[in-house]
Amino acid sequence: MKLITKLGIFAFVVLLLAAPPTLKSYGIYLFTYWLIYVIATMGLNLTVGYAGQKSLGHAAFFGIGAYTVAIMMQAGISFWLALPTAMLGCFVVGLILGFPALRVQAIYLAFATLGFNTAVWLVLRNEEWLTGGTFGINGIARPNFFGLALDDALPYYYFVLVVTVIMAGLLWGLLASPWGKAFKALRDNPIRAESLGINIQAYTLLSFAIGAVYAGVAGALFASLVQFIEPAPFAVHASILMYLMVVVGGPGYFFGPVVGAAVGVLLPEWLRFAQAWYMFVFGSAVVLLMLWLPDGLLSIPERLRAKRLAREASAARAAAAAAVPTQAQQGAQ
Amino acid sequence: MTDFLQLLFSGAATGSIYALAALGFTLLWQASGTINFAQGEFVMLPAFMMLGGMAMGLPLPVAFIATCVVAVFVLGWAFKRGIADPLFKYGMMPIVVATIGLAIAMRNGVRAGYSAEAHPFPYLFGEKLFNIAGVTITSGDVGTLVMALALVLATQGFLQKTVTGRAMQAVAQNTESATVLGINVPRMIFYTFAINALLACAAALLVTPVYLAKFDMGESLGNKAFFAAIIGGFNNSRGALLGGVIVGVAENLAAAYISPAYKDAVALVLFMVVILFKPQGLMGFKEVRKV
Amino acid sequence: MTAPLLKVTDLQKSYGAIRAVAGVSFEVMPGEIFGVIGPNGSGKTTMFNSVLGQITPEAGSIELNGRDITGLNPRQLNQRGVGRTFQTLQVFGKMTVRDNLIVAAQEHHGSMFSRMFAPGDSGLGGKADALIDQFHIKHVAHKKAGELSYGQQKLVDIAMAFMSDPDLVLLDEPCAGVNPSLVGGISSLLKELNGKQKANGKASSFIVIEHNMDFVMDLCHRIMVMVEGQVMAIGTPDEIRANKQVLDAYLGN
Repeated sequence: MKLITKLGIFAFVVLLLAAPPTLKSYGIYLFTYWLIYVIATMGLNLTVGYAGQKSLGHAAFFGIGAYTVAIMMQAGISFWLALPTAMLGCFVVGLILGFPALRVQAIYLAFATLGFNTAVWLVLRNEEWLTGGTFGINGIARPNFFGLALDDALPYYYFVLVVTVIMAGLLWGLLASPWGKAFKALRDNPIRAESLGINIQAYTLLSFAIGAVYAGVAGALFASLVQFIEPAPFAVHASILMYLMVVVGGPGYFFGPVVGAAVGVLLPEWLRFAQAWYMFVFGSAVVLLMLWLPDGLLSIPERLRAKRLAREASAARAAAAAAVPTQAQQGAQ
Repeated sequence: MTDFLQLLFSGAATGSIYALAALGFTLLWQASGTINFAQGEFVMLPAFMMLGGMAMGLPLPVAFIATCVVAVFVLGWAFKRGIADPLFKYGMMPIVVATIGLAIAMRNGVRAGYSAEAHPFPYLFGEKLFNIAGVTITSGDVGTLVMALALVLATQGFLQKTVTGRAMQAVAQNTESATVLGINVPRMIFYTFAINALLACAAALLVTPVYLAKFDMGESLGNKAFFAAIIGGFNNSRGALLGGVIVGVAENLAAAYISPAYKDAVALVLFMVVILFKPQGLMGFKEVRKV
Repeated sequence: MTAPLLKVTDLQKSYGAIRAVAGVSFEVMPGEIFGVIGPNGSGKTTMFNSVLGQITPEAGSIELNGRDITGLNPRQLNQRGVGRTFQTLQVFGKMTVRDNLIVAAQEHHGSMFSRMFAPGDSGLGGKADALIDQFHIKHVAHKKAGELSYGQQKLVDIAMAFMSDPDLVLLDEPCAGVNPSLVGGISSLLKELNGKQKANGKASSFIVIEHNMDFVMDLCHRIMVMVEGQVMAIGTPDEIRANKQVLDAYLGN
């Protein structure tokens, strides 16, 4: 690994560990918020970036995770029981959402997931007896970690950081195993994959289900972070924003979600100085980013390398051409 | 029964507006594989352009013509050259995200640059009420239905009966063969983008009087256009009209007979049913996956 | 008499009024290289795709090692020892060449669940490297498959079919679009792979569709000629070359 990469990673780790204590509570809240979206986006990156599926309904699982934890904790059940329940629920619903993916392709699948998201959001908004409807659920507590209270901003941040690292580690392990190659084969060429004995149906369903679990975990953490939830953050526009985060970061790059979530969550905050125009600038920035880097921000190293190789190749060609004597010179001899 | 017919008629009128947006959306997809997530905003912007024109003293018809011209340039040519062309070869993801960004930019640009409030818009067809056999219908609905239907049929006619239209269809079905036959493919694709821009202007003219001009009017309209396009058949332009009318009518009936809260759900349910059982849409044809 | 590896009996498939495959029967013996030739539209590809589970035939049966495999899907067929290459290149463009080969066989090792915990190359690294050496693509083994030249990708495509030690490999126009200087190389490779005993002591059989007559005559043990959905002749290369009907219909003078 190059020295500059090592330095960069070191600086990043230092930032994650040492910066928050220096920030005011809103700053710590932003960092926590960003990490939560990193987890959710990691899941979507698996479904969309590694397995090549189309999913514009990811925020629905985010919502299912958040509401499951909120409702269960209101009923007196501990966070540590609610979280696995949310994960299991999201896994099952994710499998179910995978079934249309077996029958419809690409753009139709995108719309099907969009429809699914709207359906979930409608239930969250209308079924007041369960979800509190538009009034939402209030007073969600923060969990206790072996007796250690996580009520304050900074302890909760470190807790979320630990969960993020664990989830990232599990995903890394999964992608490094044969499953990773199977997902990529499914993405790059499902017909060939099938003829090589890869069970594309199973991997398709699992890519949705595992992605959903990640969103569910993120949702659970989100509920305890904001401590009041209502249906708005789980509607279609949130799914679209998550999709944006995956593509802007770089689909199929492991650290894409880290960058993408930063763009989606932190950039609008940073743009607030532009006041009423800040979302306009954000939208325009996304368009320009896509035109410049269609493969996402993390494709920059590859593009630089490709340019360098192209330059070297044409330099080599020029040198070879110069070394060959011209016709005139040969004729004169 | 009269209530039902009233709902049916006004639903069909609203649905015909969705059909205009859906038709443009479908044509763009067929001709160039562009998924335009900013389609709703493509209707919102002309609405505000016309408002701006009228605020400067132009009468509505003049403002409309001027808007059409600007729209063809901005939403047609500039959109194609600036966004669709460069991203075409990278697959679906970048263009989806780019049009998402475009929608956000357009929505918030209008909000910050013009106004965050809802503005009234003049009724094109007056506000008379007719009573036919006990069923009350408005002149607005009649006018909308007639005009939208005329536009859709005119577009269909153009595509099927004129040389240019047939060339555009050839490009949509097989771009490589079309090039070999000497068809100017980029120009045909531009015409598609231009038609989309014009249909969006017409939709703006028809829908804004009812729903008022607001920076976020494009969101729900865009959604309805997607649903209508899919229900009708994404690879068949005739389907857009059917899909639009179905969505418009279903919404109205659902709001009246089931519950206003689940009004959006009906179009959604129809959409899910179509996606699962006939993904190519009610009038679409199956797309074969070649080995 | 040894039992045939593959037995196709009275295969039929129509597309509307067109009878693409109108009653085709043949056998492929273990270790044999079986060529299929014929004019365009003779039903070769339809027959091929029926055997490979890509299309379901209307009538007829297909048996592999005595067991009926008619109507199984491509994944099931692959698990039973049938491999294939594609006429149009079908490699995994964004994965390295080596990973392409590994993924080509990894689903034959362990179960879905056990593979979650298996090492990244499923223990297939050695085999992949051996095939890479045999196919002379060592210098590009770590590049992304999509970055290779057409001929190199073709070699990867063929190598992938052999990673799982299949009993039967169907090759769909392995020389299509390939530089003539490479054709001889492909022919030698296929002979090597055919001659080599697999881990279980059995030799693998090939079915090859090709239009390059020199290639087919040199490589195949027996050749089947298909015309208009039916079998015109089956025999050794010499027999086919001497067959008057075949010469009139297809090979010319």
